[in-house]
Amino acid sequence: MLKIRNLRAVIDGKEILRGINLDIKAGEIHAIMGPNGSGKSTLAAVLAGNEAFEVIEGSVEFNGKDLLDMSPEDRAREGLFLSFQYPVEIPGVSMTNFLRTALNEQKKYRGEEILSASDFLKLMRDRKKLVDMDSDLTNRSVNEGFSGGEKKKNEIFQMAMLNPGLAILDETDSGLDIDALRVVANGVNKLRRPDNATILITHYQRLLDYIVPDKVHVLFKGQIVKSAGKELAVELEKNGYDWIKQEMEA
Amino acid sequence: MASEQDKLLEEVTNREYQYGFHSDIEMDVLPKGLSEEVVAEISRRKGEPEFMLEYRLKAYRNWLKMKVPDWAHLKINEIDFQDIIYYAAPKKKPRLDSMDDVDPELRATFDKLGIPLDEQKILSGIAVDAIIDSVSVKTTFRETLAEKGIIFCSMSEAIKEHSDLVKKYLGSVVPPEDNYFAALNTAVFSDGSFVYIPKGVRCPMELSSYFRINTMNTGQFERTLIIAEEDSYVSYLEGCTAPMRDENQLHAAVVEIVALERAEVKYSTVQNWYPGDKEGKGGIYNFVTKRGLCKGDYSKISWTQVETGSAITWKYPSCVLMGNNSVGEFYSVALTNNFQQADTGTKMIHLGKNTRSLIVSKGISAGRSQNSYRGLVKVSKNADNARNFSQCDSMLLGDKCGAHTFPYLEINNNTAKVEHEATTSKIGEDQIFYCNQRGINTEDAVGLIVNGYVKEVINQLPMEFAVEAQKLLQISLEGSVG
Amino acid sequence: MNISEQDIGFIKLFDSNRSFIEEHASPVVNAEREKAYAAFSAKGMPRPKTEAYKYTNLLPWFKAEHTQAFSLNGEWERVVESFQCNVNELDSYTIYTVNGRYCDSGKNGTLPDGIVVGSFAELSKEYPELMEKHYGSLADVESDGFVALNSMFAIDGVFVYVPKNKVLEKPLQIINILSGDRDLMINQRNLIVVEENAQARVLFCDHTASNMRFVVNSVTEGFVAESGMLDFYNLQNQHNGTVMLGGYYFDQESRSLLNANYFTLHTGITRNNIYARLNGAKAENHVSGLYVIDKNQHVDNFTFIDHAVADCESNELFKGVMDDASTGAFTGRIMVAPDAQRTNAYQSNNNLLLTNSAKINTRPQLEIYADDVKCSHGATVGQLDEEAMFYLRARGISKEEANILLMFAFAYQVIEKINVPALKDQIRELVEKRFRGELDKCDSCVVCGQIGVQQLQTESR
Ligand SMILES: Nc1ncnc2c1ncn2[C@@H]1O[C@H](COP(=O)(O)OP(=O)(O)O)[C@@H](O)[C@H]1O
Ligand SMILES: [Mg+2]
Repeated sequence: MLKIRNLRAVIDGKEILRGINLDIKAGEIHAIMGPNGSGKSTLAAVLAGNEAFEVIEGSVEFNGKDLLDMSPEDRAREGLFLSFQYPVEIPGVSMTNFLRTALNEQKKYRGEEILSASDFLKLMRDRKKLVDMDSDLTNRSVNEGFSGGEKKKNEIFQMAMLNPGLAILDETDSGLDIDALRVVANGVNKLRRPDNATILITHYQRLLDYIVPDKVHVLFKGQIVKSAGKELAVELEKNGYDWIKQEMEA
Repeated sequence: MASEQDKLLEEVTNREYQYGFHSDIEMDVLPKGLSEEVVAEISRRKGEPEFMLEYRLKAYRNWLKMKVPDWAHLKINEIDFQDIIYYAAPKKKPRLDSMDDVDPELRATFDKLGIPLDEQKILSGIAVDAIIDSVSVKTTFRETLAEKGIIFCSMSEAIKEHSDLVKKYLGSVVPPEDNYFAALNTAVFSDGSFVYIPKGVRCPMELSSYFRINTMNTGQFERTLIIAEEDSYVSYLEGCTAPMRDENQLHAAVVEIVALERAEVKYSTVQNWYPGDKEGKGGIYNFVTKRGLCKGDYSKISWTQVETGSAITWKYPSCVLMGNNSVGEFYSVALTNNFQQADTGTKMIHLGKNTRSLIVSKGISAGRSQNSYRGLVKVSKNADNARNFSQCDSMLLGDKCGAHTFPYLEINNNTAKVEHEATTSKIGEDQIFYCNQRGINTEDAVGLIVNGYVKEVINQLPMEFAVEAQKLLQISLEGSVG
Repeated sequence: MNISEQDIGFIKLFDSNRSFIEEHASPVVNAEREKAYAAFSAKGMPRPKTEAYKYTNLLPWFKAEHTQAFSLNGEWERVVESFQCNVNELDSYTIYTVNGRYCDSGKNGTLPDGIVVGSFAELSKEYPELMEKHYGSLADVESDGFVALNSMFAIDGVFVYVPKNKVLEKPLQIINILSGDRDLMINQRNLIVVEENAQARVLFCDHTASNMRFVVNSVTEGFVAESGMLDFYNLQNQHNGTVMLGGYYFDQESRSLLNANYFTLHTGITRNNIYARLNGAKAENHVSGLYVIDKNQHVDNFTFIDHAVADCESNELFKGVMDDASTGAFTGRIMVAPDAQRTNAYQSNNNLLLTNSAKINTRPQLEIYADDVKCSHGATVGQLDEEAMFYLRARGISKEEANILLMFAFAYQVIEKINVPALKDQIRELVEKRFRGELDKCDSCVVCGQIGVQQLQTESR
């Protein structure tokens, strides 16, 4: 589904991603861990097409297509979804209008029928239940005045609405209390299908108690320095990242 | 708490100006008044080449046709330009290469100001050009600098010895007809500093001018010109003081900076001219034109000022961002107390592409003073991708003073991003209380809070100046809680 | 200062028409005229270099040679019959003026008991002391030559009176129509008095109904007494040949509330002078504006919030979108008088330039003479938020659509402040259509769906 080869990206002349290689197959869940500033969010942003970062080398294939060649909106319509680490507030744009526009554009792109207003509302109601989202939140502007936890839930709700092939969840678990964490994890698990995949970017083993990854990668200074099964997450939780650093420097 | 605050307020208004002494130095003085003859006489006494005389006379004739600007938020007593001495120089002409030739009284004066002219005594590695009334008396470290090709001398010398550079750049940033006070300065300026940094040279030490008005009834009209060639860097500082006198004295300086490709100039000022007494009597009228031209691509000019003195300050250090990717910065602390008035700020003129400017202004008003920020950010039609951010804060100490903000944003390009923010508020009572609760008295608390408030600006100053500036603010402020 | 030839032209015009003007005006209006005449003779109109008019030069249009509307003597009032201004489903009381004159067209609905709306001429007989107390007391002939000019030529206008404790449930819509078969200069005058505890919502709709050049100098004074509430809306929708100088002067007493909103969706040249004096403790003031302009249009909002006493609050928001070669200007002066302690005053002005020929000049100003205050202002010029843009696109929304969404969101923060739901819906729709390019930029009837100028002209032939 996703094939990343030697991906290098810079911002302000600083190289943040220094040759990333990663393969993800349909049905898999991958966790990417790593200390602060190692480039996890940058990787997510580059995959989603944030133009602030410049790709200087490498390739990314998504369902057989050249991802880097696409605009951010086309990537989304192709089924890539990014749950932002810091979802932006957009005052004046209502959640409903926003989601309807997003969903309709996706349908148009895929040559599918556009949802009627009532079908759309039904879908909203249904998906809200899935993530246990307060009804009131969808009547507001996008993320405006949402608490940290509400913002994260809202990301998962949007994911449920847009039903992506590949979801990248950037620290969707941080700042959540245990109940909210369970809700988010439940949402992810329920949406899991054999034909979709998930990248979990996280700091904590905690989330991985609820969503069991197939693979765990450690990103360090812009490179994936270790990949293993889920036991790696446990080890990181216990011993921190220092041993990796030492291993690297040795 | 109110009565204690009143007491503290009174205490601070009673504080004496620390630099208010007068020195008995024998001076060579022109009679009061201004005319073509006086202008010519200044030029003659300074032994200037012909082109300078012409230049001055032209400016003088222009000046006669101009009017004192009245747009600032200032009440200015009428200035009698015939009641001012336009030239005063110490009689014992110092020979610049030897310290022994400097009038001992004069040396003592600068020692008292904390500006030792003796190179041996200078630990901090700052080269100083000391200017008293109208004339540069001593420039230190010249030889060290000369080794790198850096010219640091008085303006008078530069006119004689580097007349090509002077001809090329003098008035190229601030033309003689620019404004009333610039025209006057051009006609009568007597001295100032000249700095030339050759291509690729990073000036190894801070350069500094120290200005002092001493003689009664004199105006001080110094002229500074800084030229930074490609890939060069210099940090320049100026400080100023004057004796206490009952009448107002005029200071109308012009500073011009030219930065060529990738050059960077940092210009810092700690201005502490005599502010007048607590009744508002006397004090310096500080009408200054300072402007930098970022002529080359990727050049940068940064102004930092701490303004605590003067009865009236009228001053807008500006940057003309002509080169592509050039950067202008303005950091300012303006503190007014008693009857002081300040109308100060900056202009950022974006002409080149990808130009950036930053404005950080912190005003503090106490007593019965009026403190205004006035600034212009202009983005011209061809200045694609210009960026500006301005933050202008005012703090009020006491209910008899005023704090004002007058920014102008003139934007003629749709790729510009310009943001201005301003706030005005009283010093935080909850902050003072918090300090009180931790055992810090109100006076110290105010000092702490104000120092925190201005930190962003003070941090821009070279270390030695930062300490001095902080002390200065403390002295001017202790206890003045409103 | 010497006055100019142009000023002398107006003085001569006045001298030769004085008896006609005075004959048709009420004594209060005539008394103010004396002062105005003296002030104008001394100072004339503000020169282009005057700081307050730095960004808008009106002198090329303010000329005595124009036909003056007062001389028409109601000639064009029949235009009201064919004119429609229907803010969708807006249930309102409607009053018309044509070329500055109150127009008793029979279309005016009946007002609730005790609420008075009418012409100066008529109402100054019934309420002479009210007129005398308020007329000219806020719009100062000394401080602005254009006010002096207006007061010199003013004859009649609309007088709105909401007595003590009365609540005007439905909004009062005042439709100002400009019409005629030649270029016209119009001096219009309005007076709104909201007494203690009374409440009203007043909507001014400014329209043009023929294709001539109209130069309008209008002065509106509004008084909100203790605990009174006034919502004021100005919808400007005039064709490109219009030069509109609108002066709006408000006074607020204790615990009063004023919401004043200015929407300029179409004009030639507009200059709004908006002044509000907070004159009683706990008064609350909200002034906002939205200008969406294109072609060579020019809008200059000049606002002055005067915190004259302690314990008041003001909140100001102006937003502008400049397309084509249009130019915008904003001045926001906040003054806090000595002793006006515990003032809270906030202001912000945000602008978007859509082309490289569009321009904006903005000057927020704080002038503060009291220390226990919280004041701030902010001004921005720039593009849409890049982060928000990316967020929308990352959800599959195209760049163009995201642009429109964000532009609309930008404008919406002003629209949101409208307290008349039907009006809010109407403006929201219009602005969105406008951003989608679905409205002909030339259509002079974007706001109320009135009959277009062309259509009207063919009909009246
Ligand atoms: N917009 C940006 N401008 C400059 N540097 C950035 C920017 N965004 C991220 N960086 C830098 O890139 C590095 C990686 O950041 P990030 O991807 O956010 O790390 P992580 O998500 O792993 O904590 C950090 O050093 C950060 O400072
Ligand atoms: Mg991150």
